[in-house]
Amino acid sequence: MQSAIPKPSPAGKILWAAIAIVGAWCLGVVALRRGEPINAIWIVTASIAVFLIGYRFYSRLIATRVLQLDPSRATPAVLRNDGLDYVPTDKWVVFGHHFAAIAGAGPLVGPVLAAQMGYLPGMLWILVGVVFAGAVQDFMILGLSLRRDGRSLGHMLREELGEVPGVIAMVGVLVLMMIVLAVLALVVVKALTHSPWGTFTVAATIPIALLMGLYLRYLRPGRILEVSIIGVILLLASIWYGKTVNDTPALAVLFDYDAKALAWWLIGYGFFASVLPVWLLLAPRDYLSTFLKIGTIALLALAIFLSAPTLQMPAVTKFIDGSGPVFQGNLFPFLFITIACGAVSGWHSIIASGTTPKLLANEGEARMVGYGGMLMEAFVAIMALIAAASLHPGVYFAMNSPGALVGTTVQDAATAISGWGFTVTPAELTETAKNIGESTILGRAGGAPTLAVGMAQLLHGIMPGENMMALWYHYAILFEALFILTTVDAGTRVGRFMIQELAGMAYAPLKKTESWVSNVIATVICVGLWGYFLYQGAVDPLGGINTLWPLFGIANQMLAAIALMLATLVVVKLKRKRYVLVPAVPAAWLVVCTLTAGWQKLFDAKISFTAAAQKYAEAAAANKLLPPAKTAEEMQRIITNNRVDMALTGLFMLLVLVMLFFSLRAIARAWRANHATAHEEPYVALSSVTP
Amino acid sequence: MDTSIPASPRTLWKWAVQTARLCCGVPDYDVYVKHLREHHPERPVPSYGEFFRERQEARYRGTGGRCC
Repeated sequence: MQSAIPKPSPAGKILWAAIAIVGAWCLGVVALRRGEPINAIWIVTASIAVFLIGYRFYSRLIATRVLQLDPSRATPAVLRNDGLDYVPTDKWVVFGHHFAAIAGAGPLVGPVLAAQMGYLPGMLWILVGVVFAGAVQDFMILGLSLRRDGRSLGHMLREELGEVPGVIAMVGVLVLMMIVLAVLALVVVKALTHSPWGTFTVAATIPIALLMGLYLRYLRPGRILEVSIIGVILLLASIWYGKTVNDTPALAVLFDYDAKALAWWLIGYGFFASVLPVWLLLAPRDYLSTFLKIGTIALLALAIFLSAPTLQMPAVTKFIDGSGPVFQGNLFPFLFITIACGAVSGWHSIIASGTTPKLLANEGEARMVGYGGMLMEAFVAIMALIAAASLHPGVYFAMNSPGALVGTTVQDAATAISGWGFTVTPAELTETAKNIGESTILGRAGGAPTLAVGMAQLLHGIMPGENMMALWYHYAILFEALFILTTVDAGTRVGRFMIQELAGMAYAPLKKTESWVSNVIATVICVGLWGYFLYQGAVDPLGGINTLWPLFGIANQMLAAIALMLATLVVVKLKRKRYVLVPAVPAAWLVVCTLTAGWQKLFDAKISFTAAAQKYAEAAAANKLLPPAKTAEEMQRIITNNRVDMALTGLFMLLVLVMLFFSLRAIARAWRANHATAHEEPYVALSSVTP
Repeated sequence: MDTSIPASPRTLWKWAVQTARLCCGVPDYDVYVKHLREHHPERPVPSYGEFFRERQEARYRGTGGRCC
């Protein structure tokens, strides 16, 4: 039952040919103008053309041939309409909801880190990755869930692949979540270290959220919009007052912390936020961060379109050889690990099989929401890349290189970075720090601060004014910290429920989510898991991001590979063998990337956790101290941390291999079967349900 | 169901409010009340405040999806 693709009209043919020519022209300019700086508009135009063509042609192929979506078929929202979880909803509303759920800090951080290799590799991976992998994954998982009563990824894996692989995959999701929380919290730590202004504004969000929570509960129940406007005004006031805090030594000292202290604050905060009633702290912060997120993405787009910056970063830097200071490792596979969200993100498969399939009123709308939503996120990633590449490369590397490589003074940093070929003076670095109202810009890895400086410069270019750049910078920092912390709270809570569920299998009373004792125990375990990695990152000799981001990338791409393997299996089970390569090629690519990256993180002589552990172990055996360790215990801790990372990398690789084995076995069986074997719900005509 | 691009400022505003609420995990109250009246006339209709509280609790009950 294949629906025919209508023949395009002559006008349509001309239009698409024109888009293709414009896109190819812009890509040519971006790729071929080596040596002279290009304007960001070329990248923006090329990206939009690629997205349009990918959407018009490739997503249509997936909709009509691979998934064979049928607009006459009733969706779960229609069949199980309960007015709460399953509600047929206008497609534009679903699109907005889906985009808000998938877009987070990921697409803003990854491309900024990857900019160390120049803007071209990151840009090409985002464009190719999203069209052939990321959007395919989101769209196909959404399509599968639509045909299965809106079931979750875990449920679908158990049904199509079997109980054991289903449970294994869910353990992988839990570990991935802990790494996500740790690495995101570390981004916040890096941004706030010795930054009284930033720390003050982020701390101010707690009383603001409490106030909003009380208002929403007792004064004006359920008035989200009203209370969010009040919240945003208070937040802006706190950014403005932050300057006074920063300039008053007696106040500044109250908000001036090092990385370790901030890590402990965040761990404590994560605990309380997820144990307290949600209406008091968690929910109001969630509302604030959701609205600020959309607002800030819009602001970033506006800044780029209005200021049309020239890219100062070269198209390709020498760091494609794997010697980069921001993250180590060759372009293959580490570029494809570093930029996860924006190109392809496994996390999305959880959202695409969560609320979204329960809202779609018609199967035909899945294409716009699933494929189109991911293209939007890729566009956010492209904008983040532009913001990073429009910075002075010297400033970019000063912010993102660990102190162990470039030193901890502006003089040392300027010398080291100029030695790499990115000429910068100590005065330029000090001047940038002063402009953004900070004491230093050195050692601010993690993407968020770099993006904030980039955004501040772009916005300052449009709306100049004294001290405005510092305000823009702290606005950008606040917004990123806010929505990262919301992810941390909510993630801790979700993790707590997962742990209670698992622990409940062993000892039933732990399962009771309303019992305070089991709540606290499960929350402590959950916070302890991500807190361990966060603290490890805070004391890491290479600054933490360098170590943890690859682990996060490997885990995220691993989940994407699992989701795409499921999609491949279902295509085979449905006997649509002609189209098996649509999900199989990106699945294979991700398996190759994660396994290669994992292998290098285990066995490479330069960049592996094993080599780092060995280096410190040898020094410890000879009673020597290597920086940043100052005592024998600290040496021991660095060794242990690296060994834990080794074990984790090994676990991820094992997970990928086990899932690959189960998938291939199931695919082989389905291939031989002489009839379709997928577990789809039976067809119900939409016209028979809706009047 | 209107699936066309929202045209007038009024529908645009309605769309924005509905999307914003849904992003916070609160579905359309009017749709829920209509659903209750049509399919479960025996059940009491909650006030918007009660409905909001129930949805707020449900959103953070676990399985919540949110991206990195």
